[in-house]
Amino acid sequence: QTELLDLSTVDVILISNYHCMMALPYITENTGFTGTVYATEPTVQIGRLLMEELVNFIERVPKAQSASMWKNKEVQRLLPAPLKDAVEVSMWRKCYTMPEVNAALSKIQLVGYSQKIELFGAVQVTPLSSGYALGSSNWIIQSHYEKVSYVSGSSLLTTHPQPMDQTSLKNSDVLILTGLTQIPTANPDGMVGEFCSNLAMTVLNGGNVLVPCYPSGVIYDLLECLYQYIGSAGLTNIPFYFISPVANSSLEFSQIFAEWLCHNKQTKVYLPEPPFPHAELIQTNKLKHYPSIHGDFSNDFKQPCVVFTGHPSLRFGDVVHFMELWGKSSLNTVIFTEPDFSYLDALAPYQPLAMKCVYCPIDTRLNFIQVSKFLKEVQPLHVVCPEQYTQPPPTQSHRTDLMIDCQPPPMSYRRAEVLTLPYKRRYEKIEIMPDLADSLVPLEIKPGISLATVSAVLHTKDNKHVLQLPPKPPQPPASKKRKRVSDDVPECKPLKPLLSGSIPVDQFVQTLEKHGFSDVKVEDTAKGHIVLLQEAETLIQIEEDSTHIICDNDEPLRVKLRDLVLKFLQKF
Amino acid sequence: DVGRSCILVSIAGKNVMLDCGMHMGYNDDRRFPDFSYITQNGRLTDFLDCVIISHFHLDHCGALPYFSEMVGYDRPIYMTHPTKAICPILLEDYRKITVDKKGETNFFTSQMIKDCMKKVVAVHLHQTVQVDEELEIKAYYAGHVLGAAMFQIKVGCESVVYTGDYNMTPDRHLGAAWIDKCRPDLLITESTYATTIRDSKRCRERDFLKKVHETVERGGKVLIPVFALGRAQELCILLETFWERMNLKAPIYFSTGLTEKANHYYKLFITWTNQKIRKTFVQRNMFEFKHIKAFDRAFADNPGPMVVFATPGMLHAGQSLQIFRKWAGNEKNMVIMPGYCVQGTVGHKILSGQRKLEMEGRQILEVKMQVEYMSFSAHADAKGIMQLIRQAEPRNVLLVHGEAKKMEFLKQKIEQEFHVSCYMPANGETTTILTNPSIPVDISLGLLKRETAIGLLPDAKKPKLMHGTLMMKDNSFRLVSPEQALKELGLTEHQLRFTCRVHIQDPRKEHETVLRVYNHLKGQDYSVQHLPDGSITVESILIQATAHSEDQGTKVLLVSWTYQDEELGSYLTSLLKKGLPQSTA
Repeated sequence: QTELLDLSTVDVILISNYHCMMALPYITENTGFTGTVYATEPTVQIGRLLMEELVNFIERVPKAQSASMWKNKEVQRLLPAPLKDAVEVSMWRKCYTMPEVNAALSKIQLVGYSQKIELFGAVQVTPLSSGYALGSSNWIIQSHYEKVSYVSGSSLLTTHPQPMDQTSLKNSDVLILTGLTQIPTANPDGMVGEFCSNLAMTVLNGGNVLVPCYPSGVIYDLLECLYQYIGSAGLTNIPFYFISPVANSSLEFSQIFAEWLCHNKQTKVYLPEPPFPHAELIQTNKLKHYPSIHGDFSNDFKQPCVVFTGHPSLRFGDVVHFMELWGKSSLNTVIFTEPDFSYLDALAPYQPLAMKCVYCPIDTRLNFIQVSKFLKEVQPLHVVCPEQYTQPPPTQSHRTDLMIDCQPPPMSYRRAEVLTLPYKRRYEKIEIMPDLADSLVPLEIKPGISLATVSAVLHTKDNKHVLQLPPKPPQPPASKKRKRVSDDVPECKPLKPLLSGSIPVDQFVQTLEKHGFSDVKVEDTAKGHIVLLQEAETLIQIEEDSTHIICDNDEPLRVKLRDLVLKFLQKF
Repeated sequence: DVGRSCILVSIAGKNVMLDCGMHMGYNDDRRFPDFSYITQNGRLTDFLDCVIISHFHLDHCGALPYFSEMVGYDRPIYMTHPTKAICPILLEDYRKITVDKKGETNFFTSQMIKDCMKKVVAVHLHQTVQVDEELEIKAYYAGHVLGAAMFQIKVGCESVVYTGDYNMTPDRHLGAAWIDKCRPDLLITESTYATTIRDSKRCRERDFLKKVHETVERGGKVLIPVFALGRAQELCILLETFWERMNLKAPIYFSTGLTEKANHYYKLFITWTNQKIRKTFVQRNMFEFKHIKAFDRAFADNPGPMVVFATPGMLHAGQSLQIFRKWAGNEKNMVIMPGYCVQGTVGHKILSGQRKLEMEGRQILEVKMQVEYMSFSAHADAKGIMQLIRQAEPRNVLLVHGEAKKMEFLKQKIEQEFHVSCYMPANGETTTILTNPSIPVDISLGLLKRETAIGLLPDAKKPKLMHGTLMMKDNSFRLVSPEQALKELGLTEHQLRFTCRVHIQDPRKEHETVLRVYNHLKGQDYSVQHLPDGSITVESILIQATAHSEDQGTKVLLVSWTYQDEELGSYLTSLLKKGLPQSTA
């Protein structure tokens, strides 16, 4: 929904993980966007694979014409059920193309975990490992005094990626929390077990297993589980097929990101061995990968078998063929592992189905129990999260445990809402040049507190502030060249300092007398004293916090009195 | 001196040791750095905040187990992931040669290497590692070998960059070193090739291929002694592509063990290699060689041409020496030395022209085969060093890891071109460099905004004088507006006010007098306002007019100002005393 904001005013986009960048071409291309996108290397590489697969799947089914008349509200109203209720169809756009993907990805700047990136001198952003996927990151956005954390798609479970970095998120002023698990009730470990046993049962009965999935992510963990499982379950002769235009790339890329993997996998690389066991599955021919069902695959295809392929929505991609092929037999099973799509909706067009359907959603992202533990650990001042996390899910309204619970209560935001963060900036860093620092004269006002008055030239460049010694008072221009220089000299008339303290009348009178005033007369008033210099017709009102010199026609006298008064006061 | 790199940097109260190398040329205590320089008595752990290893070459990490386990050090050791992976293997290899083959004692054990590696913390490129509250380090790509890095060490506003060994021109398998304009106070750079400006890499490569090709064509065997990691891979890629292009059939082998394993490291750490290899690795992994096969001892006696890569690189022991002895007698064969050889090794002897070698058991080996030397080591040359200095813009430069004479030359060049001071301390010498850090303080946003707002209005470019009060309290420095300083100290402002009465002859009504004054002052550069109660303000100076109590023709102007407006107040008074101009109204 690009109408919400003018994308040309966006300076920076921070990407959390490769699932969160699928719309990037819509934002960076043809919108006037000129900023920079930051992401980690695995995010970009795998994100590219996901987009490549998507584009490939869509382009396989070319449409000679694209209909758009039905998007008219009047026409849409008359259409059958699901279409009639679709909201904002006018926003639906065509899928991007590979050139657009490449253009979008070329705008990305690669960063590493814990790398501090200066933005315009004003803020520093840092990606941190979020533990969810290869290269997935949480972001810290901080200035010298304020720290905002953006936590999205994080996992505390030990899977293949580097574990989540929690310590660096501590002491946040604001923590934006999103990307929690879609299925808060399912335990990923249990789901993996169920996945394996269902798979084994089907195959042992002579059926085929279809796993609609993305070409990267959970599939690595599934393959690793199966690697350990097939021996014990007697599945050693069952072929595993991974069919995706990017299957090969995905498997290869997974092996080279040693630095982004968990400790165990890193140690394997040090040996050196490939970090993921699917290398061995490929070597022993147990796992085969193909760009599509056409070509080599049709020659090698043997049943019963296990097929991993996309797209998990079952609307396009090679998975459609397998649904058609295997849907009629009750021996076969389709196992849903990706949590992004409702499996009932996905299956709807294929009904009636004889095939068994198993729903084992594996979502390793934070659940609500983990969230409250995590929030207790990092203790942010404020939590900001989407509205739906602040109330139980609509289908299970009694489950009050399925919401974020923290103190103070989280601030929620809704779609297209602008939220003002409850934080007021107070200070910023400024640098004092060494020569200026040398010239300062600190005065100890109270024990442990010293003050120094600073008058200096403020230079501000790229949001960095530097105080420099004011230039020397311009000398009388000796030549023409000199004159030009003095043009740049600012007005250096130093500002008069503020005064503080009070004047003890007795001492003041004594001082006056010492300076030759013989006719000093003091009158007491309600608030203080009035000192009269009769001969000079001058009046000095002295109170606790103020002094008033009323002196008519004698400027030298006024100046003299002024200097005497100043002697008793502290200057700031 | 080339070899035994070990540098101690003290920066803003922190002590960091850079590299912990050993010297290949010595076999006694001199092979390790003298750690008593660091601290005479007292534990190293108490003294050093961290140790940084730039890359896995033994002259940069060879003394590490000795240092951490035998001398004793327990704080973190930082290196990149590939270095962490490869370093223990080279150390173990080195240990085997020294202890098992030469039978030396008083050397570190395998267990010590393992224990030492446990203290290693692996870092990513560009990751800012917070060693403690104040000390942070950051790695940059150095391109010398797989995983080689330059390190920036930063405490507060002071920073040092240590380059380790680096290479500014991308080669067949690695990219070029890169650093951002981080403006360190000190750049410590290697200077192995301080005076050389090397001919183009392409020329050397062509030369190398020509020689190999000629030898193979006439049926000779080519021996290339290499160290397992680094040059070996570059030359393998070079030969592999050449063989493919020329459709050559002669077999290429590399000696078993390390090199094969090494190629595996390159495959897994492909993100550390250059752009081209990284882009194409899915279709074709450059480190999966088609033409290059593992070597078996028996192959050496096979008839016909072949090319063999064998370790170690200086022909001082192991497989390369065995093959050398077999092939040395045939003038059709050739040995190509692609790197530097330390004095005392067979490699050094044959390179210096010796053709009769005394081997063990007083055997004399006559070398008839051709001997070629080709420098493929990936150090920055003089041009590269200057380029890096230009990139990083350091305030001082310190040269290490080079020969004194050449460094002297480079030093002059650097001082001429960049006008920065350049140092070249000898081993064991300490160089002190004064920095001039600016002092970071906190400025209250209110004050800053007020100042920038004023500054921006007339001329944004023109520097503007600002005023504030610096509060120093428990080691914190805050710059606030004077008003805020007073408030925070619980002090109240003492207002000093002046009032002058100016008598003016003017028979007209008071408000008309006021109007005249107003018109008179309006022309000046100040903001003059005529308030509804009949008074005038000039900036914050108040002027009121009243009729003289005795003489209606004289008006009394009360001019009142605070001490802060002293100049203007005094100026206005004197202006008014001169009297008003004749009104035209």
